Amino acid sequence: MSIHAPAADWFRAPHGEEKVWVGLAILWCIVMTIAMPYWYLFGKQNSAGESYRVTPQEFRDRVDRFVETNRVSDIQGVPVVQPAPGGDAYLRAQMWTWYPILKFKKGQTYRLHISSVDLQHGFSLLPLNMNFQVLPGYDHVLTLTPTSSGEFSIVCNEFCGIGHHMMTGRIIVEG
Amino acid sequence: MSSTTMDGAVPAPRVTGNHVAGRVRACDTTGLPVCLVAQKFIWLHAVAAVVFLLVGGIGALLLGLTRWPAVHLLDPQWFYRILTLHGLNMLIFWIINFEIAILYFAGTVLLNSRLYSKALAWTGFGLMTVGSLMVNYAIFEGRSDVLMTSYLPLMATPVFYLGIILFAVGALVAVGNFFGTIYIAKRDRTYEGSVPLVVFGAIAAAIIAVVALLHGAIAMVPTFLQSIGVISNLDPAWYRLTWWGLGHMSQQINVCAMVSVWYFLATLTTGAKPLNQAVCRGAFVLYILFINVASAHHLLVDPGVSAAWKIWNTSYAMYLAVLASMIHGFTVPAAVEQAMRAKGHDRGLFGWLTAAPWGNPGFSGFMLSLVIFGFGGGITGVTLGTQQINIMAHNTLRIPGHFHMTVVGGTTLAFMAVTYYVVPLLFRREFYARGLCRLQPWLFGIGITLVGIGMSFAGSYGVPRRHWDIEFSGAQFATGFDSGAHVMLGLMGIGVLLAFTGLLLYILLTVAAVFFGRRIEGRAMEPWHVERTPVAPRGEPGVVSPARVPGALALGIVFLACFAVFYFANWLWLSDVWHVR
Repeated sequence: MSIHAPAADWFRAPHGEEKVWVGLAILWCIVMTIAMPYWYLFGKQNSAGESYRVTPQEFRDRVDRFVETNRVSDIQGVPVVQPAPGGDAYLRAQMWTWYPILKFKKGQTYRLHISSVDLQHGFSLLPLNMNFQVLPGYDHVLTLTPTSSGEFSIVCNEFCGIGHHMMTGRIIVEG
Repeated sequence: MSSTTMDGAVPAPRVTGNHVAGRVRACDTTGLPVCLVAQKFIWLHAVAAVVFLLVGGIGALLLGLTRWPAVHLLDPQWFYRILTLHGLNMLIFWIINFEIAILYFAGTVLLNSRLYSKALAWTGFGLMTVGSLMVNYAIFEGRSDVLMTSYLPLMATPVFYLGIILFAVGALVAVGNFFGTIYIAKRDRTYEGSVPLVVFGAIAAAIIAVVALLHGAIAMVPTFLQSIGVISNLDPAWYRLTWWGLGHMSQQINVCAMVSVWYFLATLTTGAKPLNQAVCRGAFVLYILFINVASAHHLLVDPGVSAAWKIWNTSYAMYLAVLASMIHGFTVPAAVEQAMRAKGHDRGLFGWLTAAPWGNPGFSGFMLSLVIFGFGGGITGVTLGTQQINIMAHNTLRIPGHFHMTVVGGTTLAFMAVTYYVVPLLFRREFYARGLCRLQPWLFGIGITLVGIGMSFAGSYGVPRRHWDIEFSGAQFATGFDSGAHVMLGLMGIGVLLAFTGLLLYILLTVAAVFFGRRIEGRAMEPWHVERTPVAPRGEPGVVSPARVPGALALGIVFLACFAVFYFANWLWLSDVWHVR
């Protein structure tokens, strides 16, 4: 009984179906243990967590320089910025905007720097459903290769105050 | 304190173990000795738990009716305020109060011991109550809309943090009182040999609770100091790592307590005995040893921590904590199968299962808890906690979809189920409306399953958690979700209505029984079910030896197949999104 003291010889190996089940469960755990390092080595989607310390003011300046240098147009008053393929792109999270609008080329790789200048935010790319955490003080670098083209939305999925639901942005990918 | 026997004679109070005369009674149903001091504090913590469950439950209803886009009830300010309220009252105040009640029960009744200290029990209960009231005051006062996690640099009022600290200290004192009880039981030799399995599970829960609550202190004390202006500029990444040491590890307390309740109810409702105590106890040890850096599960797509750190900490030592849950999820039904077969319900692979007492809320509640925890919460949890797959899940509704199936469908439902025995056995009151009691676990279980499914699928479209408006009204760049996501949120809404009805029913039935129920002192509790007469087995009797559990193994294989399909489907899906490193 599980509510009474067990028999004195309770310490023994499992047998029968229980032994089979413990074996199967261990096997499955081994499969899952191998899957992550395997995907890290051979898979194309990983969160390496590459990041650097940055103050909100420094990051603000970097975003502004990036916008000045690479601006190609405006949409609703927000600059559309197209970085060189292989180059750095910057995205600033701030209550309650993503700035600026980024323009990428499909199949090209970019180093996308994301940071916040106030609270924590959540970078959520829709409709792909790719999500990364954004913290103030941390320049989070995603080495990103768009594999599909079109207009994508960025929404915020970390609570950042009363206007949280209004925090949207855009990434445009040319084919 | 004395009980009357059939012929009206009053027997002398039984004093065994280390009990004090006059502060112990024998249970009229099981004969187990009940320390009356412990009984009082079990009552206090259980009643407090149910009060916070009601507060959190009303919050759940309001939140569900807001996230159901067709209803969209609250305004944004009240939505986030109620979300803060719901999280803290449910995940902390309801569940930890109930767990302290379980610890006091397991440490005293099952070990034939008295409670270590009445003063410590009062201190613990007092601090926990004051702390939880302070937090609720801070929330309603309106300057602490920071959600349960209160991620820095968001700042709540000092009262909010101080309330959490006092509650955590109170819980630590109560856990200390439990360890004190274990110590005097051992010292006074109140039991023979090893502690019973349920006590073993409770000890595992208590050990994890100490580690979790210490993390809470490390996260909350500096944050409190920042809120009163003593220090400044605490690091948000440090906070996330430390806070989740409390946040995630306290879920392991819930798992340990829930599994202990499964074993307890399996024994009470079917007479089940664990097949192999070494396997069950070993699995509890795995929880203690291999869950400690579980906060990594919340940082899988964070900056500041490397891929190697993330991969190691989400799977270290080969997912041995997951293995532990897979073992318990098998050994509990296997023990029931063995007990049912031994009673003669030996027909076919699942004859034991169909003959099981599904009308007994203690049985149906814990079995539904086991199924929802395993098939719903377990499979989704391990998959979403896979480092790379988390890219498609972090901060979406898939996360609350998962944990509503572990901590609500699993732990809360198990605690509801055990209430159907706690009230008659410990508080010696009968339930009214026994038909409604039988219905309640089903209503709550089905409701919360729909909540979990609706949230999980909506989250698969990318619908964020903790978000007031998925129409993004007022946003500069319009966006929105596929109609499929709206259908799933509707399903969640219906689930919320069912689960809330089940929760309200639970509270009404329990309150009616605890305060106004018919007293049953001096006689056994009314049984929840009558043993069925076994149908004669097909073919020759004893074709399946009662010592074997092929049915449980078959269920386990079905579970593994579901797990594998869901797991690999997610990898396939991941391979389709943009490349990222």
